Amino acid sequence: MAYDYEKSIRPGKLPHIWCPGCGHGIVMKGLIRAMDACELDREKTTIVSGIGCASRLPGYLDACTLHTAHGRAAAFATGVKLTNPEMNVICCGGDGDGTAIGGNHFIHACRRNINITYVIMNNYIYGMTGGQFSPCTPTGMKASTTPYGNPDPTFDISKLAIGAGATFVARTTAAHPREIDKLITQGIKHKGMSVIEVLDDCPTSYGRRNKFRSVIDMMKRLKKDAVPAKAAAKMTPEQLEGKFLTGVLYHETDKPEYTEQYDALIKRVQEGA
Amino acid sequence: MAKKSALVQGNQACAQGAIYAGCKFFGGYPITPSTEVAEEMSAMLPKVGGKFIQMEDEIGAIASVIGASLAGAKALTATSGPGFSLKQELIGYACIAEVPCVIINVMRGGPSTGMPTGPGQSDVMQARWGTHGDHAAIALVPQSIQEIFTETVRAFNLAEKYRMPVQVLFDEIVGHMRERIEYPEPGELEVIDREAPTAAPGEYKPYDASKGLVPPLAAFGAGHKFHVTGLNKAEDGFPTTKAELVAAEEVRQIQKVECEEARADIESNEEYMLEDADVVLWAYGSSARSARYAVNELRKEGIKAGLFRPITLWPFPVKRTAELAEQAKAIIVPEMNLGQMIYEVERVAQNKCIIDGVHRVDGDPLNPGQIMDKVKEVI
Repeated sequence: MAYDYEKSIRPGKLPHIWCPGCGHGIVMKGLIRAMDACELDREKTTIVSGIGCASRLPGYLDACTLHTAHGRAAAFATGVKLTNPEMNVICCGGDGDGTAIGGNHFIHACRRNINITYVIMNNYIYGMTGGQFSPCTPTGMKASTTPYGNPDPTFDISKLAIGAGATFVARTTAAHPREIDKLITQGIKHKGMSVIEVLDDCPTSYGRRNKFRSVIDMMKRLKKDAVPAKAAAKMTPEQLEGKFLTGVLYHETDKPEYTEQYDALIKRVQEGA
Repeated sequence: MAKKSALVQGNQACAQGAIYAGCKFFGGYPITPSTEVAEEMSAMLPKVGGKFIQMEDEIGAIASVIGASLAGAKALTATSGPGFSLKQELIGYACIAEVPCVIINVMRGGPSTGMPTGPGQSDVMQARWGTHGDHAAIALVPQSIQEIFTETVRAFNLAEKYRMPVQVLFDEIVGHMRERIEYPEPGELEVIDREAPTAAPGEYKPYDASKGLVPPLAAFGAGHKFHVTGLNKAEDGFPTTKAELVAAEEVRQIQKVECEEARADIESNEEYMLEDADVVLWAYGSSARSARYAVNELRKEGIKAGLFRPITLWPFPVKRTAELAEQAKAIIVPEMNLGQMIYEVERVAQNKCIIDGVHRVDGDPLNPGQIMDKVKEVI
C-alpha cells in the first residue's frame, strides 16, 4: 500500500513551488516518514525555516510552522526551543540560507548543542533568486554570478557542523531516499544538535548551466560519488578523490544538551536562593 | 508600610520593570551603553524560571526573542545604536507577523560606531522608519529611572495588547544614571497578557480580524497548528499575493495602532506650565529634564515658557502638538541630535508658530542654558 503522506500535508497547500526534478520534495517525504517513525505530535512540533526554495517546505506540513527571514531559522528555533524544551524543533532550509547569511546562527546552534534537528538541503546554488553561487557551489562551476566559473573554495557543511560542535551529523542525497528518513529519524531521536545534510541537485538553476543533460544524469552523479562512511574507511585517498561520504559522519552522546543545562542552572539558582 | 525603594541605575530599573511585567525570555548581545540590561536579566531571569541567552549577534538576539514570544513567553532584547540598526529587518518581521516583543534601545550617537559611551537621541526616526515597508510603530521615551521602570512595564502591556514590537528608547544619560526608585507592589501596575484564541483547534486563523483589529495569538505548542511567515499573508497566515488581501492587511496593521481609540490608549504626555505658555519646549527623554529646568528659570525672568513632554513618541502626539502650535508664539525642540523630531513638529504645526531647535551631538547633555539662550533668541 502506498505510504500515506497526505495526513501530514496541509489541505489545499499542494502543488508545491518546486521545479520538476528538484530534490526538495524527496526530502520533504523523507522528513514526513521520519516524523511518523518518531511519532511526533504535530501540535508539539515546530518546523522552522529561513528564505529560499527549501525554506518553503514547512508551509506544506501540518504542524506549527515558522517561515522566518533569510538565514535566521536556527536563531528563531533557539528561542522557541529554549522557551519550550518539550517542543520538537526541526529546522530546514538550503545551503545559502544556512551557511552564508545564516552561517553564524548555524554554527552557534551547533556549538550550544541545543536539541534541534536541522535538515539542510544542499543544492549548491541560490535557486529562488535564479542561480547565484553559494558557499557550497563547487569551485570552477557556473552560476549566474560566476559566468567564468566559480573562483571560491567551498564549505563542507557536515564538517562545518562537526567542527562547530553538533553531536549528530549525517549526510545523504536525494538519490538515496530511504536513507533520508533513516538519518532524520536518528537525528530527531538524538538528544542534542543534529544536522542532516541532504545533497539534492537543482536542475533548473545549477544543472542547466553546468551541462547536466537531465535530472537523471544529476541523480546518477549523486549515486556515483556517494561513498558510505563505513566503506570509505577501507578506501585509499586516490579512490576517494572527488567522492563524498554519506551516512552517519559523527555521533557523540557525552556533550550536555543546552536546554537541559539551562534547566539545571535554573534549579541551582532557585535552590541556592 | 513604606514602599521598597533603592538607588539604581536606569538600565537595572529597565530589567526590573521587565521582570515585574512578567518577562520570561531575554535574548541579547553585548553593546554599550545598554549591556547592564542584559547583565541584570541574566541574574534575575533564572530566579523566576525564565531563560536568558546571549546570542551570537544582534540579529540572532531579536530572532530568538521573536521565536520565544511565538512559544508563548513575554520576551525582551536590549541594544544600542549599531545594534538597533542590525535588528531592523526582524523588527519588521515582528510587525508583519504580529509578534509581541519589547526592544530596549539605550541611545548613543552615530552614525556607525560614533561615540559609544556618550549619550544621544539619534535613533528616534530609526524607531519610526528603520525597517523597510509601511508599518506602525510604538516607541516610549522615559526620562527618569522611575519612569524607565514603569514605561518598560507599559511597553510589555502595549506589545501584548497590540501584538507587535514595542520600543523603549532612553539614552546613555538615564541608562547609566542612578536615582532613587520606589518599587510598585505586585498588582499595583497593570500587567496585560496577550489574548488567547477561543477558536477550536483546526479552526484557528492567526490573522482573523473579524472580532477586532488585533487578532488573538496562540502559542506554538498550545494546541493550534498554524503558520507564521514574513510574507504578506491572508487571515489564515499563509502567503498571498492577492492585491486586495495584501493591502487590507497592511492597512489593518497600521490602523490597529493609529486609529483614534488606540492612539488615546497608547499616547502619553506630560505637560508643565503650558496653560499660559507663549513658548513651548517640546522635549523628550533626558533633554526634557534640561528643558524643565529651563522653564523654571525662564519663568523667573518673566518669560512664559512651558514644557510638552511626549512619553509616547510614536505614534506621534499629533493632536496636542497642533493645539500647542495654535496657542504658542514658538515651539522649541531640544534634541540630542541635529534635528529629527523637529521635522515632525513642523509638519504638524503647519506654520502656525515659530519652530526652532536646540541641538547637541558632542557627547554632552543639552544644558538648560543652551535652551534658554535659544528661547530668548527666538522670542
